[in-house]
Order: sequence, then structure tokens, then C-alpha cells
Amino acid sequence: MTTFILKRLAQSLLVMAVVSAISFSLFNFVGDPVNNMVGQDATREQRIEIRQQLGLDDPILTQYTRFMGNILSGDFGLSYRIKRPVDELILERLPATLELVFVSAIIALAVGITLGVYTGIRRKSWVSRVILSTSLIGVSLPTFIIGIALIYVFAVHLRWLPSSGRSGTVDLGWWKTSLLTVDGWRAILLPAITLSLFQLTLILRLVRAEMMEVMRTDFIKFARARGLAERAINFRHALRNTLVPVITIIGLNIGGLIAFSVITETVFQWPGTGLMFIQAVDFVDVPIMAAYLVFVALLFVLINLIVDILYFVVDPRIRLGS
Amino acid sequence: MSLPTDRPATRWERFKDNDIVWSFFHSPGAVIAAVVTLLMILACVFAPVLAPFDPFDPAQISLWDGKLPPAWVEGGQPQYLLGTDNQGRDMLSTILYGGRLSIIVGLAAVCLGMVLGVTLGVVSGYVGGMTDAIIMRIADVQLTIPGILLAILINGIGRAVLPLELRDDFAIYVVIVAIGLTDWPQFARVARGATLVEANKEYVQAARIIGLPRWLIMIRHIFPNTLRPVLVIATIGLALAIISEATLSFLGQGIPPTTPSLGTLIRVGNEYLFSGLWWITFFPAIALVVLVFAVNLLGDWMRDALNPKLR
Amino acid sequence: MTELLKIEGLDVEFPTRRGTVKAARNVSLTVNPGEVVGLVGESGAGKSTIGNAIIDLLETPGRVAGGSILFQGEELRGRDEDEMRTIRGDRIGMIFQDPQTSLNPLMTIGAQLVETIEKTTGLTGADAEARAEELLAQVGITEAKARLKAYPHQFSGGMRQRVVIALALAGDPDLIIADEPTTALDVSIQAQILDLLKRLCRERNLGVIIVTHDIGVIANIADRVVVMYRGEVVETGDVAQILGAPNHEYTKSLIAAVPRADRKLERFTSVDYIEGDAKPFSRIDVQNHWLGQARSDRQAKAAVEVDNLNLSFVLQKSLLKRNRRMLQAVDDATFSVAAGETFGIVGESGSGKSTIARMIAGLYQPDSGQIRVFGEDVSTRPASATARQARRALQMIFQDPYSSLNARMRVMDIVAEPIRYHRLTGSESETRQVVSDLLDHVGLGAAAGLKYPHEFSGGQRQRISIARALASRPRILICDEPTSALDVSVQATILNLLKDLQEELGLTMIFISHDLPVIRQMCDRIAVMRHGQICEIAEAETLFEAPTHDYSRHLLDLMPRMDLLGTDRAVPA
Repeated sequence: MTTFILKRLAQSLLVMAVVSAISFSLFNFVGDPVNNMVGQDATREQRIEIRQQLGLDDPILTQYTRFMGNILSGDFGLSYRIKRPVDELILERLPATLELVFVSAIIALAVGITLGVYTGIRRKSWVSRVILSTSLIGVSLPTFIIGIALIYVFAVHLRWLPSSGRSGTVDLGWWKTSLLTVDGWRAILLPAITLSLFQLTLILRLVRAEMMEVMRTDFIKFARARGLAERAINFRHALRNTLVPVITIIGLNIGGLIAFSVITETVFQWPGTGLMFIQAVDFVDVPIMAAYLVFVALLFVLINLIVDILYFVVDPRIRLGS
Repeated sequence: MSLPTDRPATRWERFKDNDIVWSFFHSPGAVIAAVVTLLMILACVFAPVLAPFDPFDPAQISLWDGKLPPAWVEGGQPQYLLGTDNQGRDMLSTILYGGRLSIIVGLAAVCLGMVLGVTLGVVSGYVGGMTDAIIMRIADVQLTIPGILLAILINGIGRAVLPLELRDDFAIYVVIVAIGLTDWPQFARVARGATLVEANKEYVQAARIIGLPRWLIMIRHIFPNTLRPVLVIATIGLALAIISEATLSFLGQGIPPTTPSLGTLIRVGNEYLFSGLWWITFFPAIALVVLVFAVNLLGDWMRDALNPKLR
Repeated sequence: MTELLKIEGLDVEFPTRRGTVKAARNVSLTVNPGEVVGLVGESGAGKSTIGNAIIDLLETPGRVAGGSILFQGEELRGRDEDEMRTIRGDRIGMIFQDPQTSLNPLMTIGAQLVETIEKTTGLTGADAEARAEELLAQVGITEAKARLKAYPHQFSGGMRQRVVIALALAGDPDLIIADEPTTALDVSIQAQILDLLKRLCRERNLGVIIVTHDIGVIANIADRVVVMYRGEVVETGDVAQILGAPNHEYTKSLIAAVPRADRKLERFTSVDYIEGDAKPFSRIDVQNHWLGQARSDRQAKAAVEVDNLNLSFVLQKSLLKRNRRMLQAVDDATFSVAAGETFGIVGESGSGKSTIARMIAGLYQPDSGQIRVFGEDVSTRPASATARQARRALQMIFQDPYSSLNARMRVMDIVAEPIRYHRLTGSESETRQVVSDLLDHVGLGAAAGLKYPHEFSGGQRQRISIARALASRPRILICDEPTSALDVSVQATILNLLKDLQEELGLTMIFISHDLPVIRQMCDRIAVMRHGQICEIAEAETLFEAPTHDYSRHLLDLMPRMDLLGTDRAVPA
């Protein structure tokens, strides 16, 4: 167990090291930070001074060590564009993104797994066929088109729900939540559905495929030959074996939700980190890009670590060895 | 399985007898998907011939004709079947030209990812050892980061590195490279998996005993046997690449509005959606979804047909 | 009416796109309580289909098209799923071939037993658990109580098959259908499982159907035998009659093809009941042919010498040396093979016999030790020109006919590959001629060259492999279980072909097999291997008549009893 976890931790650290190196190199290869700080018409002396202040003339390794020290203490520097500390900006917008991802993940997992199991068991019913065909359309719909369509129907046409923004938030001091008011829920509903739809269909199709794969195995045939009830075969034998591969994919899917939050937040002007990131890319605001990269990588590493531990819990072959 | 006669089958007989070909012609979804995909690709390839207008020719555009609804809606004009956009360009023509760009970018990106991924995957799987460990570690790390995010990043860096005046001209190549670079780990994984299976088969060992060098075994024996799963990934990958390009363009990070792709058209149209000019968004979106859906349907069928476990 | 099971006129069909395949045609058989009925046949005979049809678990799209299945006087055909469920497990138990995949990997043995017991007997909770423990003890699993908490992957293959048997017995059924229950197991474990089945049959007065391709299994366990060929029952009778004095032509040739362990014969009785396999093509005159040319005579030296060969595999990687788990696959093996002889290596799975073959062929590198081919060291610097040149005298035939040919190449190109790569002929037209001759010579006919591997049967594919090996003009042929994936009648023809080739070309052969009778028929000298070590090397006759090592004796004891087989069966008709 410990070796397994240690191995995974080592791998996670490696990922973080690589990502931080990439985000560090962003500062050096993308744009000129001095230009970004002082504008085009600064004098030569001013530039040299700022270069020295920023330590840009130090050896690259010194700069990297300094950068690593800074990010470990949560300091990503000032945004070129907004001229505010990046960590402050991210913390401010983090609740919006995390709540959006959280609500979407619940929708995607609950609906996706349920429908996946249903279509896996009732393979031949017409309901399954309809669900399956619809899901293929779901996979083919780009997130931004879903968002536009939902806005057009529910906000522009029916005027039931707001088309953009995050309203009805309650400030808990350390966290601004929109999950405590009706207004907040009304605002989060459309973006959350938009974000979840693609992952939902992926999970649905995966659970179904795994379910069918398991159904073909010898131990299911043997369970049948022992006369076990259909229920026991479906849930006790098939579903649990389906879960093992599904857990991995669910980890990836939550990662996907975080990634696609960039698009959803843009469509709905949802004030989260994704929207901030895309604006930063537009303006080549390197500190924010770098910080977002490190932050997202950290989230993914954490998710993957949790998935590995879950794996461990579910599968005795990994837990007990042979 | 032997054929009834000793006469070897001709290519055509072999083709007809092939289980996959048979299954294709007996699955209506696959046939429809293939026909739709093919028609859309052809329509876009021959856009210069088929399109009623050339949306890049200023002489054919008149702002007076801007924002006209489709021909069957009140106020529409018959020569503009699907209406016009805000600049007075014929929607049908821009969609044909835009689809052309989307398909080109999608295909090129998938090809780039495939060539890179399959080469690395086959080498990784067959050579093994340190080479394998390094290549697959990189792929693993990259796979933990969702593709679209990486594409945005690579694309963003690519644009930032280019001088301002070249950005628009090179945008299409930057997008292709960005999507292709995010695609390769999928291909590498699949190709490596297939390679590991094949490399353990006895025909590869027989080739080694004959004395064939590694590179020849990889090219002549292993590579052709990894093609099936790679083809499935490539088809699904094409759908994803088209979506990725559209997404980048929609976010304003991809193809510039001067030579719009479907994604760019939707982005532009989205600004007019609230003012009721729905057709500027609607038709490009429908074209995009139908194209992606057809490709996905084809990929879905392929995955089932080429999966040996299902037969 | 004492019959437990009475099948009459059973037809099973599998509709496919190429028309309906009749997997079973007009099959009739009976099983009495306390009797083991062997259902024997080669691949495609439809024997497994019968077992699946009885409990209505045919693979889709199969269906029973006609006939009746009377079980304890009740018709089983036309029952719905719920009714069948009360019969499966409760009254008819089933055992499948592969114990590795028959058990749910995520549930403990106990949980799987208890759920089956609860369903079939109505016992619950502690009672069901006590019953589970009892069942495990009955199938010979010690410390049953503790083992209930274990997962399937913590058991060995043989133990798993015992668990599978316990599960099949959980509902106290009257009939057990065992589908190739020992095929995936080693000989020593095979014997134990068969003993267990036989004991249970007697103790509980069970009816047992054993579906198998293995005449040895039949000889060991069956009371009566039903012989199937291409979906039809060709002969039914007492085991002594079927094996000793078969009536039907097919049964006769099947029995004749079983390699015998009691004495060596010149050739296998040629079997003429195989369709789609070898036909009498014009064989070439080897001495005046390309194939017989260019063999420098170095017969004085030993063909292959192996000195103190060692190879270990890493089972579990670890940075710390003490945590590493290694498997000594080959442990200090030394032997030498004289030119022109057939040297056999025999052992159970995991004994290291294939690993040695692969090291000689250059597929694995030994950790230490030396391999010499006609006196030339090929292991110290395997990539050197001399080593590669020396290795060209050596070719290999593999076990699995389905993976040993590249499915995407024509047979012509497969066989021509070594000729083309090493430029063994003067021109492409000569290459084509040589390939045609080779295909003729191995009994396939030149036209085979234009087809793809999937158009051939297993035996035919092995012939293609042989032709490919010959195309390098080898002087040493390594055969790694060349016939263990083949039906016994096909095996006989392939072994005859190998014998012929050896004689014509003066080949040296290293013949690897787990099958003692086959080894006896093929080899001049034999090495017995166990856990990577060579226990004994002896002349074939000496080994079989007077083995010196304990393990050799043990292996010989485990050989299926074949004394029921008629002594005159080997005389060609």
C-alpha cells in the first residue's frame, strides 16, 4: 500500500516539476516582461533598472529557484494587465469555478452512470436505443454550441433563467457561494448543465461499454449457469467489475470539466478562473497564465491521486497482491 | 474458413467477402454517416465551384445586403438561400468556405497527431526499456491535462511568439500544430498497446529468427497490424479535432474572422443572437454539428466492427 | 425410466450471414445416475454446444432447432428463463474450461459460494457459510474457513478449479456438465481434478458429462463414451469398447492418431479422416533441388552445445535488491545436441523448456553461459557478424498456428521473406519457383501462395510455418510445442511431415513438448526439466523404460492410463 502510494506521489511530484518548469519558461519565451511592465516609451535606463529589479539578468537556474520558492509560498507576481497579485485574483475567482465544476460533476456522474447502467442492462429496449442515439449527438455537440442553444431557448426566448453572470451570491467571508439562494441556483443551472452534458454522454457510453464487456466474461456465464438471479448478476457481479475501469475515466472526466469550464465560463460570462485565463491568453498576461497552469495541474494531480486510492479500495487484486 | 475452390480469390471477391465490408453495408447508420461525411467533405472541397458567391471577394459583397434573413423568411431574398451575415456575405457560401477550413484543419491536425503518435508508440512498444519509459511518461503527463486546455495554451504561446503582423496569416498552422500536439498521446498509447500485443506474437519472433533488423520488423510486420485500432482513434480524433478547432475559433483564439472557419462564424453570429439574427449562428452551428455527428457515427460503427471481442 | 438425462434427435443451429451452421445434428445420448459420460471430439465437432444447449446457455445467435432434452423425465426445451434458473445450479451444475476467468475477481470465494448456496438451498447466514466451508473441504481445500475470505487471484489454477467445482456442487445437483475441465491445467493437477470429479460422481451418485478433446482424459474417467464428428454422434459405447475396438472409421482413425507411450513407432498411422488438410501433392526431389544445395558438411561437430546456461526474469521490480522478486527460468543448463539427432526437452509449464529454446534461437539473451552452433559461439556477442551467420543455420516452429503468421501478408510473401532478405536465390522468378516448390513439398500446393493465412486451418498454417522455416535452408530446426494447439489427428500428420523432412534433409531437431507420448515418438534423446533445471538426460528408450530421476518417474506415472487402447491399433490398415 505505502509503496503504491509513494510511487504515485513521486509521479505527481514529477508532473508538478514539469508543469512548473513550463510555466517558468513562459516568462522567458513569451513576450518581454519589461515591455509589459513599463510600456513602449520607457527609456533605456528605466528598462535596465527594471530588469535588475526583476532579477532578469541572473543565471537561469537562480531565476528558476526563485520562481519555485515564490510559487511554493503562493506568490505568482503581479498581473501585467490588472496589476494586482495573481494569487489574490485566483482565490477571488476560485469559488465560482469550483462550484460550477462541482454541480456539473454531480449531474454528469449521477445521470451518466444511471443511464449507462440502464442501457447496459436493458440492451435491447427501445428506451436504451433512444438514449444511445441521443448520447452520440451529445458527444458531437461542442460545449459552446450547447451553451448558446440553452441561452437562446431559456434566456432569450422563454426568459426563465438569466443568460450570463453569477448573481445571488452569499459571502461567507472566505468563500462566495451561489448555492444558498434561489437566484444563485438559477444562475448556475444553465452553465452547469452546459458543462456537464458532454462529460455526461461520455460517462454514459463508457459505463455501457464496460458493462457489456463484463457481461461477456466467463464468470458472468458461470454465474448464469449457477442459476443466480438476473439482479444479482447485473449488480453484484457486473456493476462492481464495471466500476474498476470507470473510476479511472471519471477522474479524467472531472479533469475535463475543469478544462471545459474555460469555454462555459466564456459563453456565460461566468466570473471564474477559466474566464480569467482566456482573457489572460488574449492579452498575453503571463503571470496569470503560469499560475493557472500550475493551479490546474495541481487539481489534476490531486484528482488522479484520489482515483488511484479508490482503485486500491475497489480492486482486491491491487490491494492484496497475488 | 477455407474457400471452396483452390483458385485464389481476386481482390474484389476478397473485398466483398470481408466481414467488415459486409457489416458496413448491413448497418444503415454507418452507410448514412459515410455518405453524409463524404458529401460534406466534397461540398467543402469544391466550395469555389459550388458556392454561389465568393465571400472573400469584396466586389461581390455589399453592406446593403447585410443581415438578410433566409430566403423563405419574410424579408429574405432568393439569391441568398440562407440569408446574409452582418457584412452582407452570403451565409451558404461562407459556410461552405468555413467548413472547408474546418475540415482541412481537422484532417491536418489528426494526421500530425497520428504520424507523431504512431511512430512514437510503435517504437516505444517494440524497443521498450528506457525509450519506452520516457515516451510513455511524457504521454501520461500530457494525458492528465485535458486536450482543449493544452491546445489553448500551445495555441496561445504560438500566437504570442509570432510577430503581430504574421499572426493572422499563420493562425491556421498554429491551430493545426496546437491540436496535433495535443492529440499524439492517444495515438501513441493505442499504437503502443497494439505493438505490445503484436510483438509477443510468434510471427514477429519468426521474423527475428530469420534475421530481419528491428526497423524492418517494425515497418513491415508490426505497423500494418496496428492500423485497425489506430484508424478507430483517428476517426473519433477527427471529430474531436474539428470540435477543438471550432472551440478555439469560438474563443477568438483560432482562425481569424477574415478567413472564417465554422467556429469563427458561430462566434461572430453569437454577437447578433440577442438581436434576433438567429441565422448567422444557427446555420454554421448546424453544419458543424451534422459534420461532427456523421464522423462520430462512423467512428462508433468502426469501433464496434473492428473490435475482435465483439465478433 | 432410470435415465437421468435423455437427449433425442437434438439439432442446434447457428444462423450466420453465410447460411445456417448446424452445430449439432440429430444428437442422441443418455446419462445415468452415478455414471461419467465422456463427450469426445475434435474442434468443431459441436461437443461444447451440447453442454450449453442442455442448460439453455447457447451463445447468441445459436438456438435449439429440434429434438428433445429429457431431464429426470421432464422436457427442458421451451422452458422460459425463470424456469431454467430453478434448474441451473439446483439440479444441473456446470464447470467451464478456464478457472482463471470463471470466478468473479472482486468477490471473495466465500461470498460467491454463499450467494449460490442461498439461491439454491434456501440456507442463509451462518448456515450457508457453514455449508460453504463444508463444500470447500469436500473438494479438497484445506483450511476452508480461512480460505472463504480469500479472493480468486490468491488461489493457484488447480485450486481455483476446485472452487469452481465446489460452486457447481453448491445446489446439490444431480447432473454435472464439465466442459474441458482440465484443459487449462498442468498434467499433475489434471489428474487430481479428474480423481476429484470421479470420486464426487461415485459418492453422490451424480451423472457427469465430461466434454473433452483429450482421449487421455476419457481413458481415465469415463464409463461410457459418445464420439462426435462434425456435429453428429458417430459412435456411442462402453469406454473399453470405444478405445479398444472402435467400430466407426472416424473413431478408428482418431484412436490410431493418439501417440502411444508404450513403444516407439516409425511413423504415425496415417489418418485419412481429415478433410481440408494435406493432400498428396507432388513432393520435390530434395537432393537435386535448391533446398538440398549449399549445405557445407560440418557433421563432425555437435550441432548445438549449451554450457551452464542461466536466465532469470524479474517478477517484481524494486529499487531495493532485497525486495526484488526474480524467477530463475533456466538454472545452469548444460547439454549438447549431435548433428542429425532429435533432442527432446520435456517438462510441465514453467519448467523453462521454452525459455531454453528461445535462448538458442537468439530471442532471449542468457544471463550467463554459452551457446555454440556448429562450434561457433553465438551467445557472447550475439550481434556480431559471425554469430548472426552461425544462427542462420537455425530455424524455429512455434506453438500457436494463429499467431505465428502475419495476417496481413500473403503466404507467398511470408515464405519468401527469408529468401528475399538474405538473397538466397539469383532472381525473383527463382524465388517464386522455390516458394511454390516448398509449399508443394509441405503438402499445401503451390496455389496456396496467393492466399492469406486466415484462409487456412490450424494444421495447414503449421505447414506454412514449416515452409517458412525451410526457406532459410536451416540445418537445425527448433520445434516449440509444434502440435499442442492442434487436434490429435492433425498432430499425427504434422509430426509425420517433420519426421520426413528430418530424414530427407538430415536436419538436427530440438523438440520441445509437455506431451510424453509425442516426445517418445519423435526423439532420440530426451532432457527432463523442472523449475529451470535439467533433471535427467537419457536415450529415449532408457528414459521411458528405466527412468533414473524421481521427477521423471513422477511424470511418467502421471501419464494418462492408455492400457484400454487396443494393442493392435497401430498396425496400419
